[in-house]
Amino acid sequence: MEVLDIIKPENQVFCKTKLMTDCALSYCPGCGHGTAHNLTMEVIDEMGIVEDTIGVAPVGCSVLAYDFMNIDMTQAAHGRAPALATAISRLWPDKYVFTYQGDGDLAAIGTAETIHACNRGENIVIIFINNGIYGMTGGQMAPTTLEGMKSSTSPYGRDIKTMGAPLKITELVAQLPGTYYVTRQSVHTHKNVRKAKKAIRMAFENIKLKKGLSFVEIVSNCNSGWKMTPNDANNWMEENMFPYFPLGDIKVDGKLK
Amino acid sequence: MAELKLMKGNEALAEATIRAGADAYFGYPITPQTEVIEYLMEQQPEKRTGMIVLQAESELAAINMVYGAASTGKKVMTSSSSPGISLKQEGISYMAGAELPGVIVNVVRGGPGLGTIQPSQADYFQSVKGGGHGDYKLYVLAPASVQEMSDFVEDAFDIAFKYRAPVLILSDGIIGQMMEKVYLKDQKPRMTNDEIIEKYGNWATTGKKGRERNIITSLDLQSEKMEKRVHRLMKKYKQMEAEDLRFEKIACDDADYLIVAYGSSARISQKAVELARKKGIKVGLLRPITLFPFPKKALFDLANQVKGILSVELNAGQMVEDVRLSVEHKVPVEHFGRTGGIIHTPEEILEALEQKIINNGSIRHHKTRESSIL
Amino acid sequence: MTEEIIIAGFGGQGVLSMGKILAYSGIMQDEEVSWMPSYGPEMRGGTANVMVILSSERISSPYLKVFDTAIILNQQSLDKFQDSVKPGGVLLYDPNGITIHPTRTDIEIFQIEGNKLAVDMGNAKISNMIVLGAFLKIKPIVKLDNVIAGLKKSLPDRYHHLIPLNREAITKGMNNLKPFLVAEMILK
Repeated sequence: MEVLDIIKPENQVFCKTKLMTDCALSYCPGCGHGTAHNLTMEVIDEMGIVEDTIGVAPVGCSVLAYDFMNIDMTQAAHGRAPALATAISRLWPDKYVFTYQGDGDLAAIGTAETIHACNRGENIVIIFINNGIYGMTGGQMAPTTLEGMKSSTSPYGRDIKTMGAPLKITELVAQLPGTYYVTRQSVHTHKNVRKAKKAIRMAFENIKLKKGLSFVEIVSNCNSGWKMTPNDANNWMEENMFPYFPLGDIKVDGKLK
Repeated sequence: MAELKLMKGNEALAEATIRAGADAYFGYPITPQTEVIEYLMEQQPEKRTGMIVLQAESELAAINMVYGAASTGKKVMTSSSSPGISLKQEGISYMAGAELPGVIVNVVRGGPGLGTIQPSQADYFQSVKGGGHGDYKLYVLAPASVQEMSDFVEDAFDIAFKYRAPVLILSDGIIGQMMEKVYLKDQKPRMTNDEIIEKYGNWATTGKKGRERNIITSLDLQSEKMEKRVHRLMKKYKQMEAEDLRFEKIACDDADYLIVAYGSSARISQKAVELARKKGIKVGLLRPITLFPFPKKALFDLANQVKGILSVELNAGQMVEDVRLSVEHKVPVEHFGRTGGIIHTPEEILEALEQKIINNGSIRHHKTRESSIL
Repeated sequence: MTEEIIIAGFGGQGVLSMGKILAYSGIMQDEEVSWMPSYGPEMRGGTANVMVILSSERISSPYLKVFDTAIILNQQSLDKFQDSVKPGGVLLYDPNGITIHPTRTDIEIFQIEGNKLAVDMGNAKISNMIVLGAFLKIKPIVKLDNVIAGLKKSLPDRYHHLIPLNREAITKGMNNLKPFLVAEMILK
């Protein structure tokens, strides 16, 4: 049997996510962003809502999310994605509006916009990628960088006495009455990928039901920023990130777990 | 039939925004423009036209709400006063870069810093030279009456959508706080979502339906592409200069001397012109209505007629630089203006004109400067 | 006709609203009007003032140095604006709380006991309308009917029951105006 005999539609078991463009991902090999992009696009595709979806890209590694996600997208100023999404969702209440943001964008420079969009209970989805570091600018300390963790701006490790403790923004927004669904997931194993997709699906279903704000954190790795191989980065994440940022639902149907 | 009302400038602007068929207003309170959002909240425009009004958590959030709404083809406004406008500059630069329509209103107070809440025109440089980062300009309208606070709203939206560019209405504490008669325009209907998709579907991010996706961004990592974008912006500004320059000449036909002033200063200067003419001094007034584009040619031409020009501004001397550039040193150009929130009186302006221009003080000064260059 | 007026007193004395009613009255008889307030911390109890212009011509500057009439409700404002009255102009003031009276002899000066009369009427808030009545007695630039029409237009419906009281106050002001002679004061 020749190779070409196998490449037939009836034999296909896996395909590229339909709503991803053909543009090569700019993310480092082993990075979780690609998977998180895929899951978001799969959910939008499976729900049949692509014509009514408007995404907001941040500043950070995923600034070019619009190059990869084949949907209408607006690129926001650093940290302001929830403000853009607020306005778009208010003016187009039947659209599915989501932001896709990293930890620096969402939990440092954009903290005010994050908190207030959550507090107002905007009918949007926020997808928050937390890898504990600034990837785009080359490995500086993030608000979620763990205690003792080294980065180019905390070269001797994060000292919480002078730099503050890693910010659990997800737990924080869960306290606000405006958030309806708050969860923390990861995308480093098959099992976690399936769970994360379910969470993203629930978040987008909540928009349809006009339930208010859904907040999906994805704890992810940054093997280049952490200066590890992808495998080591994933192991390090399990051992160090998960104890501080435990996976699971934090708030479901507007009720804290 | 236009409706006649007695209103504050800020209120007239707010009412005109509803009547222009705007889709949304996002703002944050700051003196002396807080009446804008107060009036809108009181009017409940959501019930009148479906227009959304939202008090944002900061000026940063407000301008970025405008940016988001504008990216979907909606007609949106934000307003603030000087310190708040400084905060909005990043968002305004993004809007210029991403080529989005939108109206920003600055009811100027004195600065720098927290400055004073009293009137000022000290944000001229910030308004006409860019304000935020990067190569861009704003189309700047300077109302000089409550009527213009109302009329310029629709004009600003028209220009914003004609060029897909942010437009600034540069007012100040005097025009914002004073009351005058105003004839309000009739209510214009808001565009429906279908109409917006039909009209702006070639660029707006309204959802990818029956077309390729749209992307709104100001980012081009490829330098050649970014340069193309900058050139596209510069082309717009050239077109604005050719097609949408606005100014008013008052008593210029027989003038021996000229005052150049905009906004509230133009109103006060007009009284100075009246006082001067009572004394037999032939003074004219050129009022730039748009500060960018600037009436360079009109000034250049008037410089062939008048003996000297006084630029009157509520600041330490900003527009005077553009006046000097426009007249290319054909006649002496001097500045007069009070700062700190003090408003110059017509009498002070006339006195300054007599001292700095008519009594040749500045001509001597001018010659000294020239000879020092030689 | 052009009448350039400054009204000044404490915040809360109805300075701004007196100016507003005057401006509205002007509109009722087709005049051009402008109303330029001092704004800011004054609203919280300091001194407040408003420049009001009524004219049959287009108004140039809403901000002025000298006025045809100054209407003054406290000492600070009297000290500040006495010299801003044009020669031959009018100074009208409420003597309540005034210890240093005006001294100019090249202008016409009048007193109106706005505050006292208002208290007598049982409503201290109405004093500004009494002062307005006194002004209109000196300079009938707007008709009483137009003041009432202006009030109707500017007040929300829920305050319309107060219009007769306002009319009474204006009339009271018109009937209680007293000329003030600087010479007499000096002799005392």
